[in-house]
Amino acid sequence: MKEKLQKIAAEAVNLLSSSQDLEEIEKIRVRFLGRKGELTQVLRGMGALDEKDRPRIGQLANEIRARIEEELTGRTALVKEKTIRSRLLEEALDISLPGTAPAHGRIHPITRVRRQMEDIFLGLGFEIAEGPEIELDYYNFEALNFPKDHPARDMQDTFFIGEEFLLRTHTSPVQVRTMERTAPALPVKIISPGKVYRRDDDATHSPMFQQVEGLLIDTRITFGDLKGILDLFVKEMFGTATLTRFRASFFPFTEPSAEVDISCVMCGGCGCRVCSQTGWLEILGCGSVHPRVLEMSGYNPEEVTGFAFGMGVERVAMLKYGIDDIRLFYDNDLRFLNQF
Amino acid sequence: MRVSLNWLKDFVDITLSPLELAEKLTLAGLAVEGIESPGEDITKVVTGQILKIERHPNADRLLICEISFGENVPLKIVTGAPNVQEGQIVPVALEGAALAGGLVIKRAKLRGVESRGMLCSGQELGLNAKSLPPEQAHGVMILPADTPPGLDIKPLLGLDDTILELELTPNRGDCLSMLGAAREVAAILKLPLKYIPPEVEESLPPCADRVKVDIEEPQLCRRYVARLMTGVKVGPSPLWMQKRLRAVGVRPISNVVDVTNYVMMEFGQPLHVFDYDTLLEGRIVVRRAAEKEILVSLDGVNRELTPDMLIIADAKNPVAIAGVMGGLETEVTDRTANVLLESAYFNPASIRRTSKMLGLRSDASQRFEGGIDLAGCRRSADRAVQLLQQISGVQVLEGAVDNYPSPAEPKMICLRPERTNFLLGTEITGEEIADILTRLQFDVKDSGSELIVGVPSWRGDVSMETDLIEEAARLHGYNQIPGTLPNARTTLGKRTPNQLFRENVKDILASCGLNEAITYSFFSPETADFYRLPPENALRRTVNMQNPLSEEQSVMRTWITPGLVEALKRNYNRQIRSGAVFELGSVFVPASRLPEEKTMLAAAAMGESAGGWNRKVMPLDYYFLKGVLETLFQQVGLTGFFFEAEYSNPSFHPGRTAKVFAGEQELGVLGELHPEVLERLDLPIRVVAFELDLDRVAKLSAAVRKYQPLPRFPSMERDIAVLAPRDVPAESIREAIGRSGGHTLTSVSLFDVYEGGQIQAGYRSLAFSLKFQADDRTLTDEEVAKCMDSVSAELDRKYGARLRTE
Repeated sequence: MKEKLQKIAAEAVNLLSSSQDLEEIEKIRVRFLGRKGELTQVLRGMGALDEKDRPRIGQLANEIRARIEEELTGRTALVKEKTIRSRLLEEALDISLPGTAPAHGRIHPITRVRRQMEDIFLGLGFEIAEGPEIELDYYNFEALNFPKDHPARDMQDTFFIGEEFLLRTHTSPVQVRTMERTAPALPVKIISPGKVYRRDDDATHSPMFQQVEGLLIDTRITFGDLKGILDLFVKEMFGTATLTRFRASFFPFTEPSAEVDISCVMCGGCGCRVCSQTGWLEILGCGSVHPRVLEMSGYNPEEVTGFAFGMGVERVAMLKYGIDDIRLFYDNDLRFLNQF
Repeated sequence: MRVSLNWLKDFVDITLSPLELAEKLTLAGLAVEGIESPGEDITKVVTGQILKIERHPNADRLLICEISFGENVPLKIVTGAPNVQEGQIVPVALEGAALAGGLVIKRAKLRGVESRGMLCSGQELGLNAKSLPPEQAHGVMILPADTPPGLDIKPLLGLDDTILELELTPNRGDCLSMLGAAREVAAILKLPLKYIPPEVEESLPPCADRVKVDIEEPQLCRRYVARLMTGVKVGPSPLWMQKRLRAVGVRPISNVVDVTNYVMMEFGQPLHVFDYDTLLEGRIVVRRAAEKEILVSLDGVNRELTPDMLIIADAKNPVAIAGVMGGLETEVTDRTANVLLESAYFNPASIRRTSKMLGLRSDASQRFEGGIDLAGCRRSADRAVQLLQQISGVQVLEGAVDNYPSPAEPKMICLRPERTNFLLGTEITGEEIADILTRLQFDVKDSGSELIVGVPSWRGDVSMETDLIEEAARLHGYNQIPGTLPNARTTLGKRTPNQLFRENVKDILASCGLNEAITYSFFSPETADFYRLPPENALRRTVNMQNPLSEEQSVMRTWITPGLVEALKRNYNRQIRSGAVFELGSVFVPASRLPEEKTMLAAAAMGESAGGWNRKVMPLDYYFLKGVLETLFQQVGLTGFFFEAEYSNPSFHPGRTAKVFAGEQELGVLGELHPEVLERLDLPIRVVAFELDLDRVAKLSAAVRKYQPLPRFPSMERDIAVLAPRDVPAESIREAIGRSGGHTLTSVSLFDVYEGGQIQAGYRSLAFSLKFQADDRTLTDEEVAKCMDSVSAELDRKYGARLRTE
């Protein structure tokens, strides 16, 4: 009996040590420890043994069972580890192959820059006002203090629609319409982004372009406030190191009027080709709202004051992205659009 | 406007460098766009007299000139210029001289003859070719005969001058002259303005005896000054006058004409001269033209006049279009002996209309349009007479005829320093404000709390307190005003729901793989033909531009798709043959008043999506854009949308096009462009597009979303393959399944379409995946089997469709 048990043990251990996979190990377990397994069979035959031999043999059988189980566990762990190691090895990817890109389109650079500009002013409490692109002469010019037959009208070469209408040359008509709608309530605090049209077509002028204009009217708005707000905007848009410079200028609908230059974004103000060696880049026009404009829109200029400003989105985008031809924006070359 | 720094120094003692001056002018509102120093590079060029000219022994085209420089030994110089003659004074570049553009002159042998320098053309000296007669620009420049030889050429020709190019704003017509610019410079630099009133020697009886001036339109001509001179000898003007005119971009012509231009550039007053003897009865009548009256203008063109135009006439006939152009018949010529000089003020708007109507914009009309100095007419006339006297020795009749029906009263404006500071956010003292205005030659009286300010006659742009505040601000310096943040009510800055919706739509489409494009709002009137639109089609009703840049950009778009397709075509022609773009923008529909502007969303695609080493390419076709639309609608919460076959849209493929609906509302069209449209567009690739009325989509989209509880019991899935006649739309079958599957059928989705092979002709197999689920229990196989049976029965009944079993 003893020999039989020891033979079983030796065989089991031997088989296990050469086993290669889990299936084989399971077979070995069943063969020796299963319900009808060899060790089980031997134990069942214990009844035929001597009373005095039983404990000894019993103990031996238990020891052998434990041994085989231990071998089983050890071998299983070993085979498992081997299997997983070889699987991992087999499954290795060429991680340098390109990834699978999900479909993705781009938002037009003008939209991107316009949104950024809008967000800055939204943060300052401005609302976004909109109006028609085809306008009445009254809203585009007259209510903005451009008299008929005045040279100031030459500043904005206009597309006319029949006798009565025109393509707005700026988004200022939206300001007038908003003031008319709001007066006499205060404040008026809007920006008016949108498409505008001028009869021009070259590397720096497009017959259609986009503007963001702003208007703030309340009881205590000063020219200094205009400077403060625009300085804030410029630093937000172009970086905190950007300087602003205000130059006297003329627009019929503001007085005092100013052009605002920023320190050149290319050279930081040292002078380069982009800023024609001046260190400055013209970026926007602005001023205190002209009293006649306030009056025509229903406000008393002795009681309220305000400022207005306006800038071309393309101009800002060109500076931000280093684009040198405005026509690229409306050409819609996919190689261009895909860069933003 | 070009400003000569040397000329400016007649009026102000400027010691600043041109760059510093330019900066100060720019900040004060007179933007300097450029600084030019034409003679900067030039050295060692002197005047020389041609003593003798000989033919070159070895070259037909070359001449050998012996040049004298006064005291020194004459030099021999070879020239190829054909316009030289003995005795002439010419500019000579000596050995070692530098010319414009950096050319250096060396001793050289030209075909065997040594040349000790070079005779110079105007261009070689850096003079603008346009300001010279052609033979002097390209041939050798011939100087007046009385010019001494041996002089440095630079001061003589103004090559020591610096030119500032001023970009003036339209309100500052008063600065369109050297005096005008000088006033600003003096005020900015706090320097005195040097100005000596012109003096004239009058040796003949009063002008009024021989000249009569009638103003019939005092509204259009507020003042007319005439002076008369005799003994005029027309000839070239002196070099000093020529160089100044050239410096400011005016080409010298003759002494009389040059004087009028000189005074215009100096004082800003356009002048005109008539040959007095051609004026009937020596009369000047300022009136409107009669209907159909004709004038042959200086340029020889027959001009038909209208009563809108102000003209100058003699006793009978028009002799000039006031302020715009003179007449040929009364022009001053070599034969002219008596000259009548006009210095007048014409109504700016009238001049502007007339010059626009005739297409004649000139330096003169530009100045009249800006409004000239009403008080300066007489002074300018006197200055011209003085100059003519100086340079050509005319005799002058006493006095002038100065018809000035209602002399302008000086404008007086009250200025409150307190309001000035309130508007600007500054603390400028009343004294400083008064000082600034005084420097600008305003007449300022302090009356305690406010300033009483008299406006100079030339400042037509100043008429109210704000105008004065601006003057104070710009000379105080905008950059001295502290920047502050508004002390205003707090407001909520936000986008409106509609604005948010539009930006959201753009982001959704971009996330679907489409690039946002922005195309022009106008297109060609031929677009309608390219897109096969029949005559009555609504898209043909366009809003038209009166003055387009070109025919191709002359009508406002009625839909966006053509612009996007055009963009795809441009890409295709640049070998980019796949792509998908969208645009959100306005289209324009004629209406009874302002045109209606509708917001549309359009997209167009061609080619296929980029494939890769691990995936197939996907065609960017009808189903692609349909998927985009379905995604968009799901994302914005628009439910109940469906697609209906559209066979009759002329621009689209009749078998590959759908109308897009949501409930009762038609949203737009989706489809492949008609092959004939693509052929007309010369686009050899299939293009798909959609265009939707975005305002409708916005209205139908759910602003608010509600949560649906998650299912608590497991679902059961069944796949079926349906064999159905090919012409039964898949959607109909899907709906039939949905209707017949009972309320536990929660979704039906098609996952395969198959035809050919063992499938009989005219049929196809559609595979659907059905999902059953109840919210109160776990379904049993039997329950689901029952549902499947009823689906099968319905399909058979309705379409003769059978379930296909493998």
